[in-house]
Amino acid sequence: MTALLFVEQTLNGLQLGVMLFMIAAGLTLIFGIMDVINLAHGSLYMAGAFVGATVTARTGSFALGVLAGAAAGALIALLLELAVIRRLYARDHLDQVLATYALILTFNEAVKVLWGPAPIFLAAPPLLSGTVEVLPGIPYPAYRLAVIAVGLAAALFLGWLIGRTRLGMLIRAGTTNRETVQALGVDIGLLFALVFALGGALAGLAGVMAGPVLAVQVGMGEQILILAFVVIVVGGLGSVRGAMAGSLLVGLADTWARALLPVLLRGLLPPAAADQVAANLGSVAVYLLMAVVLSVRPQGLFPRHA
Amino acid sequence: MTIRRRRLLGTAAALPLAPAAIGGLAAPAIAQRAPIRIGMITTLSGPGAALGNDIRDGFALVVKNAGGRLGGYPVEVVVADDGLRPENGRAIAERMVRRERIQVLTGIVFSNVMLAVAPVVLGPATYISANAGPSQLAGEGCNPNYFNVAWQNDNLHEAVGQYVTQQGVKRAFILAPNYPAGRDALTGFKRFYKGEVVSETYTRLDQLDYAAELAAIRAANPEAVYIFLPGGLGINFIKQYAAAGLRGRIPLYGPGFSFDQDVLPAVGDDALGCFNSSQWALDLPFPANRQFVDTFEAEYKRLPSLYASQGYDAALLIGSALAATRGEVSDRAAFNAALKRAAFQSVRGSFRFGNNNHPIQTIYMREVVKDAQGRMVNRTIGTAFENHQDAYAAQCRLPA
Repeated sequence: MTALLFVEQTLNGLQLGVMLFMIAAGLTLIFGIMDVINLAHGSLYMAGAFVGATVTARTGSFALGVLAGAAAGALIALLLELAVIRRLYARDHLDQVLATYALILTFNEAVKVLWGPAPIFLAAPPLLSGTVEVLPGIPYPAYRLAVIAVGLAAALFLGWLIGRTRLGMLIRAGTTNRETVQALGVDIGLLFALVFALGGALAGLAGVMAGPVLAVQVGMGEQILILAFVVIVVGGLGSVRGAMAGSLLVGLADTWARALLPVLLRGLLPPAAADQVAANLGSVAVYLLMAVVLSVRPQGLFPRHA
Repeated sequence: MTIRRRRLLGTAAALPLAPAAIGGLAAPAIAQRAPIRIGMITTLSGPGAALGNDIRDGFALVVKNAGGRLGGYPVEVVVADDGLRPENGRAIAERMVRRERIQVLTGIVFSNVMLAVAPVVLGPATYISANAGPSQLAGEGCNPNYFNVAWQNDNLHEAVGQYVTQQGVKRAFILAPNYPAGRDALTGFKRFYKGEVVSETYTRLDQLDYAAELAAIRAANPEAVYIFLPGGLGINFIKQYAAAGLRGRIPLYGPGFSFDQDVLPAVGDDALGCFNSSQWALDLPFPANRQFVDTFEAEYKRLPSLYASQGYDAALLIGSALAATRGEVSDRAAFNAALKRAAFQSVRGSFRFGNNNHPIQTIYMREVVKDAQGRMVNRTIGTAFENHQDAYAAQCRLPA
């Protein structure tokens, strides 16, 4: 493996990482502040992708599609909070899991009714559909660079929002001690709704941004949700900084394992056996990472101060 | 905290298991005698839903075109969704065969569901597969009550192996998910490919991003890339292959599954110029195919896929057997013998069964192009095999 290939694979890992971050950030906030396990978070991601693809197809503008996807994520999240999640705050986690699992099924069927069972089309805008030579000899898809940029921008925005604003202060306080915040007269219902909408907007944004790279289809949310759960457990439940660190670690570990293992093992084993072992090890790399992190830091990398 | 996390992960791990949903759809039947009931177990929910949807619609089209009849006899098609879960498929099969006494079944999309259902249905009923063709039912484990009207699982992969060898490809990069059907696919490809395999890469079945593999492909610079990535996996890969600037530089090959009408509209231009194999194509000139494509498009306002063609052929085959047995299905041996004659006009031209009740047929090569209306379609560019039989037939002890 050359150094150039290594740089390219690192970019790939980074891109997967920021994509995961946009989903995991909302998930971890909702869990950290409201103490709700929301399995339907992946459905917001799917909704963002479908709405974004439809708006892009109708208007011809990918930028409008991105805005519409994020808006759809926020709006649906808000409705969801009002109609269902609000009733679950006082329930235990098993009830929340059952209810939000039912929501996944409902959303998947609703999308099938509205858009049909076949995947739908969403392409990168022409401006971003080519490749860029990031280093000599490495043509890199321009769209993936845009995903990295959007993901980092979302991370910076969240960092600013949570670290520098009054709303962020309340969110941080809510993560640490919900009852005290409530006792101080903060409208906790409004705060929860806002956080839910924020998480939904990020998930919707991630959905549209994923569209040109991944299949826009029923069930796309569940696939990525599993990795997002790994991310927030590695990063520490409820911590946005943890979600960022976890996303990048998971993205890089996954990509490096798939890229480097075959090369390393081919030096040690016959090719067929090396490919087989590399495939099997590569499949579990993310979960190995999680096991190692948890054995060293059982609360995750950035535990909230409970 | 720890308990909470454990529960969280437990629920996340349970996610890919889609739910069961059972629906019934009765074809209209106007008859003096009770209609013959045909059980259709297929996948109508979850990511594989488009496949089952097309099989069901292709089948229903034949019934509808004939006024609710097959082979001149009124039929009632009982449809149920297996949700891509073998245990669901098995439960539905038990209900249909034991409680409802249905004796003709079809529709299963996925081989794992097929293998779970086979022990329940084969014997009390005859099963006509319109898609799944696992090797277990083609070789030693072949069964007089099991017919496959589509293909044996390896066939389309073998065809590409044969075709790229004919094209003089010396270095191929091959890739599939790390699960039994993925390994079978690449084994099928290699059975007829005579050049060098520069890398045989297995990816995760739930993998979304192929950037690492695409970088490896660029570095290896092969003369051809062969992928078997069903459903959404294929869409992800083809989009990313084009975005990485590899489309047009290294020819991309696959079985028809990754390049048919269920997938092409979602991939768009990124699939142009890709090559794939199939036993059927939109543009095959046979009259039966023209009628199929025209009536399908008129009825459903979309182009049919190979899955739809298989559902359509399954209905034609069952109709031919019903006509021969005068609508009698309870004499199992007579009905099976009538099926084996395959006395129907297949949409793919010549069709007959081998000794193991699997097709002996032509496999075509197709290229993804845009048609006059700007739609993404396949154009037939040649044949990989004529009268091709699967590799397991010799191990089957059924007579020809």
